[in-house]
Amino acid sequence: MSRRRISLRQELPLLVWLVIVWGALWQDFSPGNLLFGALLSVAVARLFYLPPVELSGRFNILYAIPFALVFLAKVVAASMQLLYLAVARGPRVKNAVVAVTLRSHQDLLVTATGHVISLIPGSLVVEVDRSTSTLYLHALNISSQQGVENLKNEVLSIEAGLIRIMGTREELEIVRAEAAA
Amino acid sequence: MSPDSTGLDAWVDVLSAVFMIVGATMSLGAAIGLLRFPDLLSRMHAATKPQVLGLFLLLASIGLQMRTWWVWPVLLVTWIFQLLTVPVSAHMVGRAGYRTKHLHRELLTSDELEAVVQKAAAKAAREDGSGDG
Repeated sequence: MSRRRISLRQELPLLVWLVIVWGALWQDFSPGNLLFGALLSVAVARLFYLPPVELSGRFNILYAIPFALVFLAKVVAASMQLLYLAVARGPRVKNAVVAVTLRSHQDLLVTATGHVISLIPGSLVVEVDRSTSTLYLHALNISSQQGVENLKNEVLSIEAGLIRIMGTREELEIVRAEAAA
Repeated sequence: MSPDSTGLDAWVDVLSAVFMIVGATMSLGAAIGLLRFPDLLSRMHAATKPQVLGLFLLLASIGLQMRTWWVWPVLLVTWIFQLLTVPVSAHMVGRAGYRTKHLHRELLTSDELEAVVQKAAAKAAREDGSGDG
């Protein structure tokens, strides 16, 4: 089995995350515990090999914090909406399956977009076409073509937000050009 | 915890009580949705969204009640794992459900995946045919 070597820099986010999980589980962030956690996380990352996640090399915290807050607000809105639909509409709810072609072809960004739209109002990823980075979404409570368009725009704007946070420079240029137009 | 006269403890208690009630209501909403929605895909909506918020609120009220900072990281890690795994499991169930046709087509206003699936199925059938012959 041929393995691609992963540089430590590429693996660092995974290792840091594993150390945080270790500390959180022990509820102990003393240096000794963290050091032992670091040793264990290196061992785990070596033993249970996974293909590296390709990061774009940029991360903009200034966009990330408002995005996280808006995301939390949308999760609340989604839950309220679903509660209302479950009680008021129930079996008579109308749905749609919508295809949205994303700008980005990075696995990480497509996955992140899929996760975010699964958690916000009325959409769920049914199928992913990785070659064209198209997401097929199942959307709750959509009764017109207008609703389909609104959903597509919303998904694309979420992707734009994620690109601003951690997309590559080329993708960022595309998003900036679109915003200017 | 001894009750103090500043009233801060009381406010923390009120806040965590509100979180607990709202969180439990969200989980109840998920259960109602599971019962009342017509097909598998719309039920997956009910199974994913409200309980993520419900769990968040319940974890927050645990954090408020424990009054020690080192429970927060483990609660946060719990919630992040929930955020990461719930969409994946919903996607897997939804995908399998769509492929095995566990959905009510008459309730869909539009379906942009059906044509793609049929094209892929036709292509696979053609390739099977030429492979056998």
